[in-house]
Amino acid sequence: MERKPILRVEGLQTSFFTDDGEIPAVDNISFQVYPGEILGIVGESGCGKSVTSLSIMGLLPAPQGKIKAGSIFLGDEDLVKASEKRMREIRGNEIAMIFQEPMTSLNPLFKIGNQLMEALRVHKKVSKEEAFQRSVEMLRLVGLPRAEELMNAYPHELSGGMRQRVMIAMALICGPKVLIADEPTTALDVTIQAQILHLMKRLNEKLHTAILLITHDLGVVAQVCQRVIVMYAGKIVEEGDVQTIFQNPKHPYTKGLLQSIPDIRAKKERLFSIPGNVPKPGSIRQGCRFYTRCMFREERCRLEDPPYYELENQHRSRCWLHEKEGKTADDTVVASS
Amino acid sequence: MTPLLQVRNLKKEFPIKKGIFSRTVGSVKAVNDISFSVNEGETFALVGESGCGKSTTGKLLLRLIEPQGGEVLFQNENILTFSKEKMRKARRHMQMVFQDPFASLNPRQTVERILEEPLIVHNIGTAKERKQKVYEMLEIVGLQKEHGKRYPHQFSGGQRQRIGIARALMTNPKLIVADEPVSALDVSIQSQILNLLKDLQKQFQLTYIFISHDLGVVRHISDRVGVMYLGHMVEMADSEKLYAEPLHPYTKALLDAVPIADPNVEREVITIKGELPSPANPPSGCVFHTRCAQCMEICKKAKPEWKEVKPGHYVACHLYS
Repeated sequence: MERKPILRVEGLQTSFFTDDGEIPAVDNISFQVYPGEILGIVGESGCGKSVTSLSIMGLLPAPQGKIKAGSIFLGDEDLVKASEKRMREIRGNEIAMIFQEPMTSLNPLFKIGNQLMEALRVHKKVSKEEAFQRSVEMLRLVGLPRAEELMNAYPHELSGGMRQRVMIAMALICGPKVLIADEPTTALDVTIQAQILHLMKRLNEKLHTAILLITHDLGVVAQVCQRVIVMYAGKIVEEGDVQTIFQNPKHPYTKGLLQSIPDIRAKKERLFSIPGNVPKPGSIRQGCRFYTRCMFREERCRLEDPPYYELENQHRSRCWLHEKEGKTADDTVVASS
Repeated sequence: MTPLLQVRNLKKEFPIKKGIFSRTVGSVKAVNDISFSVNEGETFALVGESGCGKSTTGKLLLRLIEPQGGEVLFQNENILTFSKEKMRKARRHMQMVFQDPFASLNPRQTVERILEEPLIVHNIGTAKERKQKVYEMLEIVGLQKEHGKRYPHQFSGGQRQRIGIARALMTNPKLIVADEPVSALDVSIQSQILNLLKDLQKQFQLTYIFISHDLGVVRHISDRVGVMYLGHMVEMADSEKLYAEPLHPYTKALLDAVPIADPNVEREVITIKGELPSPANPPSGCVFHTRCAQCMEICKKAKPEWKEVKPGHYVACHLYS
């Protein structure tokens, strides 16, 4: 099926320039987000998943964080080249983002209503009355009871789960094409997490907003996403639809990660574990980034970075093991099928 | 065989203070009348969501905070009656591993010094013997002798948790209270530390109290599990039984809410509604009744009894009385 992505990241390289020199956090990654899909980016701390989302939003911490190369296309517009003024128009309007800790993105001094209406008033130039009506509707849509009363509440009066619902309402109020959710349920208890994930799925079906879900939790990915990208040390190591990645993972890192999860359905005497430590960003710059921890490694892996192999139907993996079965996928520009 | 640890009717309230004179205006019943016992060599897990009182219970067991009532029998002695000095000495046998390996290690001390400290405090061995023991312990937890000269910031999260575990083991304790020991760690590191804890348990015949919110992790490490909600223990059973056949509606809902890393598992049913009530103003009757899918009239009025409904399987719920 011919599908045109709404968001295309191509050859993105983001580095942090510190006193210790340049630290590459995201190292030449490319991917697409298609309309209406939920795409997961999964990886451990320091893999570059959050830096990817901040790069897209143009919210890298200045002056250390910089996009060194690559493009981020929203439709036909390259966001890397967009001015700050243009980015302000896009953020919250065409691409919105929710964060792990809702309190950091809600202003404690303003009422929920004001904060919701502000987004609408700025981006959509609607009247106060209309902004109020649409805000109340949005609060109802995210499953908050007594929406009118809530408009007059301050963020501290709400529980963590309710705040995250308000954040989602605020992110979706201008009808963005893409919602970036960075660990949206990590700070929540498991029963509240289940509610929020359910809500995100329901809204995705109803509003057809594409969601880029960034998480460390493979369980969350399996329950919510249609496609998934696995990142390790600043690179994409594998991508595919969730069925393929969870049933038939190919990259040794993805395999190891899936086996390491303590499954609630069955007790294992011993858990599988990947040896070694999660590398600090920028600590490995040559060869395969997973070399030091991989059980299939060869001498070549230490010296040469493996190419990205296309295995079958949109399933790609970056490992020398696929040299015989796969054909190399072009790294920077991956044609949409 | 008598259990290593017996906890009876343990209670802890925190006062709520207000105004410039810090007048006490109410209290939070963080731990409300809970009882359990732990046998030597077993792993007893306390699970529940934030604010359920699991961490407070852990601290009470080592008397890092003082309870308002109840008994904690360690090797048949009620440690709550111990003098300060006697308690300090008893802690040699009961150690703790904390969640945040970044916050629980002194950044100004070398690892060697951090590990030696418990031995100095408890006056164990000569300087030379202590050094020897430090090096042995580093190897036991999967680090190297050279690591002793370094400072905590030079280690990754997983390595720091190994240091935290090593410190807890220095005095050859019998009981280790581990409060969310793997929650701050990445998945690939988490399984390393869980395996290490299991190995150490076999090697040193350790007894663990394992406090966690992660039901997957708990299934793998624990022999028995106690489920807590708003300061109350609502269910307790052998781990296998609890996961195979949970009785309390809260336990069922909690297990249902855990995302499973398998896209073919449909988990659409939300069996738990609403949010955790304020612990300062807990619901009447059964504390869970406001969120329970099977709530009955009686649940709003009467507190359910803690009952053994099957051998070794305890539950506090009106459905089973």
